[in-house]
Amino acid sequence: METFDNLKKTPLFETHVALGGKIVDFGGWALPVQYSSILDECKAVRERCGLFDVSHMGEVDVYGADAYAFIQKMVTNDVTTMTPGRCRYAIMCYEDGGAVDDVLIYKYADDHYMLIVNAGNTDKDFAWLSEHTFGDVKVVNNSAKWGQLALQGPQHQAVLDAAGFEGEIPMKYYTFNDKMVVAGIPCLVSRTGYTGEDGVELYCAAEDTPRLHAALMEAGKVVDMLPCGLGARDTLRFEASMPLYGHELSKDINPVECDLGFAIKLNKEDFIGIEALRQTRTRKRIGLKLVGKGIARPDAEVLCNGEVVGIVTSGGPAPAVGGNYAMALVSIDADENGKWAVSVRGREIECEFAPMPFYKRK
Amino acid sequence: MVPNDRKYTREHEWVMIENGIAKLGITDHAQEALGDIVYVELPTVDDEIAIGDSYAVVESVKAVSQVYSQVSGKVVEVNEELDGTPELLNQDAYGQFIAAVEVSEVNESGLLTAEEYEAFLAEEA
Repeated sequence: METFDNLKKTPLFETHVALGGKIVDFGGWALPVQYSSILDECKAVRERCGLFDVSHMGEVDVYGADAYAFIQKMVTNDVTTMTPGRCRYAIMCYEDGGAVDDVLIYKYADDHYMLIVNAGNTDKDFAWLSEHTFGDVKVVNNSAKWGQLALQGPQHQAVLDAAGFEGEIPMKYYTFNDKMVVAGIPCLVSRTGYTGEDGVELYCAAEDTPRLHAALMEAGKVVDMLPCGLGARDTLRFEASMPLYGHELSKDINPVECDLGFAIKLNKEDFIGIEALRQTRTRKRIGLKLVGKGIARPDAEVLCNGEVVGIVTSGGPAPAVGGNYAMALVSIDADENGKWAVSVRGREIECEFAPMPFYKRK
Repeated sequence: MVPNDRKYTREHEWVMIENGIAKLGITDHAQEALGDIVYVELPTVDDEIAIGDSYAVVESVKAVSQVYSQVSGKVVEVNEELDGTPELLNQDAYGQFIAAVEVSEVNESGLLTAEEYEAFLAEEA
């Protein structure tokens, strides 16, 4: 059996293999793309519940009396209104507006925040944060200490009930409780996720992760929960039209172009990249539904009224709504009511403009 | 489990030649590796294909896979059912051909018997 010795592993590698996960190299990490079927796993999350290992995500803590001012300087969103126990989505930008990464900020206190960063960006983000510290700020990469599980789907509460917990499950979207005990294991539980479905994410000590995963798998039997891989995770976030770093957002695609205006506060005092983001943008993120047969993959050319106006950033089936969709980065003046197509292997597939998100939970 | 009524390629395709017509498909291993198949780009009847050509594309949720031919000739039939129900390839890879070709030439050296293909699979695993 292939041992993936050259890849990084989460505390659940053996668990994935034992559960029949199809292990792939995901940005240097050995993780399951699927266990049973991507479509079945997506359906489980939309209708019941699914359990994901997201321990590869990075956790970077920011401590110190100037932690608040530092975060304000480093990200596009405004953390002034955050109270302890809240989460907020933001983007870290370069001076030219390009994205270093998109992050989820957890506020413990004015002098302690935790940033959840994309696995493949952890080292880069940590270096970027470290080289910009000022005053009383300490940045610590605690990624290796944490395991992280995402329990997603309308019936996730029944799974938590069956697993048993102490403490209050955060009920409000984008809040967390770092003093929970789930299935006897100390956890931070946040009402967050990357699926467009209701659910929670659970952070525990790396060494406790296999036990927490096993307990949730057992508890999940009450709702016929499935373990889910990265394939389902990508399809679910795609249906919900959430950006993925490296696709919709990157060092070359700034967050304004990615239409993340809700997380960019150009009126706040200052942050790295603010001047660049104030400039008139030239591109926008749009959604397309393929009318003709075929699937548009990343980098396929997008045509509007016969002219190439951009490229596909993510594309594929959206099983919860039916049909094939694409997100694309196109010229700002491309006519949304125009005649759209994508070029796939030299063939033009007719598309129609599709509002995002493609899937929205009821 | 690998049917011995046809031949195979190292790219996990099968070829069944009867009365000068070659039916072409993908193996059970191929569909398993791809996962849920959501689209098959079929060739067109009357297309001329040559040995080594990619004559079809099979796409799963996350992967795109070219399908190659070890025969030359004219496409005389395509499996239209795969157009609307590509998942048939997941359900019965050996029962579903992709295209049928009127054979003008066969690349025998590129083909394996069922026994050889099974050995090849065992080696790859």
